[in-house]
Amino acid sequence: MRKSLLGTVLAATAALALAACGSGTSSPSASGGKDFSKVTSAADAGGQDALVAAAKAEGQLNVITLPDKWANYGTIMKAFTAKYGIKINSANPDGSSQDEINAVKQLKGQDRAPDVLDLGQSFAISGAKDGLLAPYKVATWDAIPANAKDADGKWFSDYGGYVSIGYDPAKITTPPTSFKDLLGAEYKNKVAINGNPTQAGAAFAAVYAAALANGGSLDNIQPGLDFFKQLKQAGNFVPVTGSPSTVQSGQTPVLIWWDYLQASSVASQFPSWKVVIPSDATYAAYYSQAINATAPHPAAARLWEEYLYSVEGQNGWLNGAARPIQLDTLVKDGTVDKTALAKLPQAPAGDVKYPTDAQQTAAKAVVSQQWAAATG
Amino acid sequence: MTAPAPSGGRAGLRVGPLAGLLPFALYTAVFLFVPTIAIAIGAFVDPATGGFTLGNLGIAFSGIYAQGFLTSIELSILSAVVPGVLGLVIAYAVQRSGSSGLRRVVSTASGTFANFGGVPLAFLFIATLGSTGLVVGWLKAIGLDPYEHGFSLYTFSGIAIVYLYFQIPLMVLVITPALEGLRPAWREAADNLGASAWQYWRMVGGPVLLPSFLGSLLLLFGGAFSAYATTQALTSGSLAITPIQIGSFLNGNVLSGQENVGKALGLGMIIVISVVMVIYALLQRRASTWLR
Repeated sequence: MRKSLLGTVLAATAALALAACGSGTSSPSASGGKDFSKVTSAADAGGQDALVAAAKAEGQLNVITLPDKWANYGTIMKAFTAKYGIKINSANPDGSSQDEINAVKQLKGQDRAPDVLDLGQSFAISGAKDGLLAPYKVATWDAIPANAKDADGKWFSDYGGYVSIGYDPAKITTPPTSFKDLLGAEYKNKVAINGNPTQAGAAFAAVYAAALANGGSLDNIQPGLDFFKQLKQAGNFVPVTGSPSTVQSGQTPVLIWWDYLQASSVASQFPSWKVVIPSDATYAAYYSQAINATAPHPAAARLWEEYLYSVEGQNGWLNGAARPIQLDTLVKDGTVDKTALAKLPQAPAGDVKYPTDAQQTAAKAVVSQQWAAATG
Repeated sequence: MTAPAPSGGRAGLRVGPLAGLLPFALYTAVFLFVPTIAIAIGAFVDPATGGFTLGNLGIAFSGIYAQGFLTSIELSILSAVVPGVLGLVIAYAVQRSGSSGLRRVVSTASGTFANFGGVPLAFLFIATLGSTGLVVGWLKAIGLDPYEHGFSLYTFSGIAIVYLYFQIPLMVLVITPALEGLRPAWREAADNLGASAWQYWRMVGGPVLLPSFLGSLLLLFGGAFSAYATTQALTSGSLAITPIQIGSFLNGNVLSGQENVGKALGLGMIIVISVVMVIYALLQRRASTWLR
């Protein structure tokens, strides 16, 4: 106990000393004469050790919209700080992707601007288009599937999961296995999604998944809207913003949400909560990592990405019940955390198809025009 | 030493009153005028080219977004008039009771309830009037499930009920001073001249109260028109109201790169409020002609 306390004090002192060094340099990006805001890989930085040294000299990392209970970020951030002695400043943990983009634009040039981003894919694509993101390729770049990254490295998928149905077995006697089940009489006033599909990515995904379950496709989200209209007409749809607290209060005994959030935020507070991936719809999506092109701590930002895509970082997400993008590689190499892997809800067999950006944009336009009419 | 002092004092007299306004002027400039101008400009900017466009306004005033304005205005009128009348009656009853203790309790309680809103308020109503809420549970126990009879908290009428929670106390707060301005002597004079209660209200009390009453309704309208978090938490966007639609553009996870349409919607809200204020000013002028 004493030893670990001493260790903490030493680490903190070291971090402070390093932070002092960092703020002493005239330009944070000029450490070691190298402009880290232009560095595109660890090799380009002069190797991992050089990157670590430069990041330690900066001493800090600004992250944004990373809730502690989301995909295990709380533990991941602590582990990063413990490993490198770099202090993490976490801003606006409950914010959205748009908040991240706003922060990049509005805090440009300030010390508290975010260094790294965790964005919904369409925000990553539009951010790259607007020149807000710095190209960078992590050491394990080749392990990320080609359709899950920007060719230049301006963004790359990090973790994701499936749209799933969570339910309280005490209130639901026939466990649902598909979207169609939810139309049954037993589910009257019981089914919720996580908010407004024109705002919340998970709620939008629920509509997309419902479309796939009802004869729609990635090009046709209309059947998803029709499904929620039916659900509403059957009296089964509860339009409150589903959350761990509505589950605990018994308002939403059935919640359609990402499987990893069901596990990390609902089941953590409500241990009997069950999660299934519906048999009639396999819809998955991944978030994307990106580095702010004008990051105040460019080396620390790059080191953070290297950490997240190391075996340790990938298993970190897996421990939050999220599926890391390099999961297949981890399984093949035998480096995967088997206990965490066993806890994931059973994924359906077969390949998952991801909507392209154009398909998503078209689907979003339909949902934003018609959601209120379908469920109002 | 003596010579410059008076002149300095005189200058201070002239600048003094304006200097006192400076913090307020600065405050309104930073938090009202600058954002208004930014919205007004942003509404006409094409995000792709940075040039001028009417496209944002075109989207903002058609389809679901036009419907959003209509729903918002209907909801705001309903949640201004109903609590306006109820609040007036309550405030009058409290004032007529003559109990200063009751008056203090009501005004303190109103101050608290009028400022209770957002997600906590939504949750409070979910727990009482939601489909498995406490009150609904009691009603079910006596065989009167409101959800079997077309009621739902998550609809237009449900939201209007939730708004009553903070609108009635707000009305009580703002109309009480006007009621206190009605002098008992007027009532007595009217009685002495043989006026009935109806005649007194139609010819004396009503006209004196009318400008304040209209002003209070305007305040209630504005409050309901801009309410956001409560409805958002209760309806997941199934009730299309403009503030939620703006939220989808400005801070969502789904719609990207269309912030300027959100600004166009914001401009629309500014226009609606401006129109309401002009109507109010005209009514006010007419209503208070004889007061001048």
